[in-house]
Amino acid sequence: MDAAALATESAAVPRHESAWRRARRNASVRLGGVVLALLVGVAIAAPWLGTVDPTLFDAGSRDLVPGKVGDITTLEGETIRHRFLMGSDSFGRDIYSRVIYGTRVSLSVGLLASLLALAFGIACGLGAGYVRWLDGVLMRFMDGLMAIPAILIAIALVALWHASLATVIVAIAIPEIPRVTRLVRSLVLSIREEPYVEAAVSLGTPTWRIMFGHILPNCVAPLIVQGTYICASAILLEAILSFLGVGLPPDIPTWGNIMAEGRVQFNEYPHNVFFPGVFLAVTVLAVNILGDGLRDTLDPKMAKRV
Amino acid sequence: MSVLEVEDLCVALPAGGDRPRAVSKVSFAVGRGEILCLVGESGSGKSVIAQAVMGLLPRGLPVESGALRLLGEDLRRAAAARLRQLRATRMSMIFQEPMTALNPVMTCGAQIDEVLRFHTDLSRGQRAERTLAILREVALPEPGRIAASYPHQLSGGQRQRIMIAMALVLEPALLVADEPTTALDVTTQAQILRLILELQKKHGTGVLFITHDFGVVSELAHRVAVLRLGELVEIGARDEVLKRPRHEYTRMLIRAVPTLQPHGRAVPADAPIVLATRGLSKTYLARGWFGAHRAVRAVDGVTLEIRRGQTLGIVGESGSGKSTVARCIVRLIDPSGGEIRLGGDEIATMPARALRPLRRRVQIVFQDPYRSLNPRRTVGEAIIEGPLNYGVPRAEALERARRLTELVRMDPAALGRYPHQFSGGQRQRLCIARALAMEPELLVADEAVSALDVSVQSQVLQLLEEIRVRLDLAMLFITHDLRVAAQVCDQVAVMSGGRIVEYGAAEEVFLRPRHEYTRALFEAAPGRGFAFGTA
Repeated sequence: MDAAALATESAAVPRHESAWRRARRNASVRLGGVVLALLVGVAIAAPWLGTVDPTLFDAGSRDLVPGKVGDITTLEGETIRHRFLMGSDSFGRDIYSRVIYGTRVSLSVGLLASLLALAFGIACGLGAGYVRWLDGVLMRFMDGLMAIPAILIAIALVALWHASLATVIVAIAIPEIPRVTRLVRSLVLSIREEPYVEAAVSLGTPTWRIMFGHILPNCVAPLIVQGTYICASAILLEAILSFLGVGLPPDIPTWGNIMAEGRVQFNEYPHNVFFPGVFLAVTVLAVNILGDGLRDTLDPKMAKRV
Repeated sequence: MSVLEVEDLCVALPAGGDRPRAVSKVSFAVGRGEILCLVGESGSGKSVIAQAVMGLLPRGLPVESGALRLLGEDLRRAAAARLRQLRATRMSMIFQEPMTALNPVMTCGAQIDEVLRFHTDLSRGQRAERTLAILREVALPEPGRIAASYPHQLSGGQRQRIMIAMALVLEPALLVADEPTTALDVTTQAQILRLILELQKKHGTGVLFITHDFGVVSELAHRVAVLRLGELVEIGARDEVLKRPRHEYTRMLIRAVPTLQPHGRAVPADAPIVLATRGLSKTYLARGWFGAHRAVRAVDGVTLEIRRGQTLGIVGESGSGKSTVARCIVRLIDPSGGEIRLGGDEIATMPARALRPLRRRVQIVFQDPYRSLNPRRTVGEAIIEGPLNYGVPRAEALERARRLTELVRMDPAALGRYPHQFSGGQRQRLCIARALAMEPELLVADEAVSALDVSVQSQVLQLLEEIRVRLDLAMLFITHDLRVAAQVCDQVAVMSGGRIVEYGAAEEVFLRPRHEYTRALFEAAPGRGFAFGTA
């Protein structure tokens, strides 16, 4: 082949942009990403954002409307004046501080639950997709798990153990595992038929290296997308569990707990429910928007349609 | 008057493409009863022209300038409703893949009826009559039964006949055919081409026929237009263009078409046998819920042998079992019976663990260059994967990879790049390099050049031939393309229905075919009477 022919052949190659660069340019990814980054910042910087200890209460500052200034007593018995930006609840606790600290709980529940569900789901999915005898057993078990509503499993599991951050995260992650397993299994089944995997077989590559070196890296994009959706639903589920009083203990400030306590006086003091509700909605929306954006840019089938 | 006139047509490509326009200043006309073949390689813009004529261009490819006139009527000015009307009555189109062009949940008869219902005032009875008449005209057996069948119940050739029936039922003046026989087997292709010729002559239809296959052109065309990167390179009468091409590009394309003449290269009969199969078979069992088995014999008693330095070709149509043989030999699937001897080892039933050290000796190159390389690994990683598996030190493996990229005529800088940065032909070279990195004794090429454009195909074939000579390799070449087989094979096995029907020296099989099926296959090869590869 002469040089000229080589040149024309390489000239005909379409410009291909990396998926990550495409993702960073996507408006949904940017919007969701910026909002989430802000929330993470808020969660980390909670002590420096003009908050007080979210568990402190003062009988003299009960049921304040947003913006009111009142007194609050620290554990050392010292009384400080504090502006209750989002009002206070019926114990005289600062809603603003509770909401800000609640961000930590919600985000860590979302992140850890989705990581946990992904880890177990990937393991089960690879097993089901690659080991023939395991497939039937594992998938029927997953079908059984999927037949029970997620919230019921979570409530049952939390009731079984004592309620703590770790148990709640595990209880929320378990009902999500079957969905990840199904996704990974179907990806494995289609990718293992790809010629490059067959080529690896004929190159004498051991099975475990084919799984982790060829198949898993090609599952990453759909798994990231699935992970964001799990994250959003985990945040919601945690709030629901707390709201129902079966989640984290009421002394831990979570959005669900704040709303549960505010529910009784909702008619007189709606701010008790309103502010944590707004934070919850914005967080879940941001995660979902980010997930949609990532799906549009990372999923090659969707990308072709654009 | 011409049926279709295309004048200075320009179609824009979206920004970031490899060129500013998909189609640039293309002019041609199709006369009444004339077949104009648009030929070009992939990316030449030939399908874009067809879509522009039909008004089916995707949003990202707008017509920039130029004129499109159907029977004198300006198509660019026509409103959407008028275009819809014209699309069935005056012009119609058939596509490459009839399965996706037909609605899978409507019977074929209902789909033809729909065309008639929207565009004519015929009564139900008249429509049914017309439907049966057109099905008879496209030579479908039992038109009544076919009309009541769903597309998936028919064969590929029958589906394409349905598409043709649907396209011609309103007797349009123009038929646009976009690679209508590319997805079909060669014998079916020959029948469909004959049918198009017949109907076109009978109804005086003008045909714009798009193809990449010069064999088809030589069978069908009255006039030929050659496209390259969106520009019209040459247009003229068929014999003019095929026999006395004026443009260098046309000449290169025609030269790249392999001849049907087998080369007469003798392989020493005492060369050692690298691989031999005896009675190889593969049966697929479809297991029902209640133990009802249905056995499909994909490969049935195949006996072959390949000597060092020899190229054995397996030719056959789709479903003949030729790829299954290849996959059994590489042990990507387990054969259900028979022997495979690799040198002194019997590998047909060898367990995976014992087989691993032997895998090195047989390597395979696949058809689809876009799926043969892991998109998430650099080319270098792909090439050294095999040697690393066999304990070759990394530095040495990389050195070998560098040498091999040069051997397959690529820049060693390619090793650090990802597969998507290469064209199909380049990727296929890299796949060959990956296979050679194992220093195999037998290289299996499973339709390895079928997805490539003819000019790229001839380069890859040449490369394979060079490598075979230089490394004294044995090669098993699976192909459906008789021309390719004639060019590379020393021995040929013709497969049909899982069995070998004829097996012998390429010269014997090509020049004096004995089996009926082999003869039918050669009869059907398009452009048989044309001496390609010599222009």
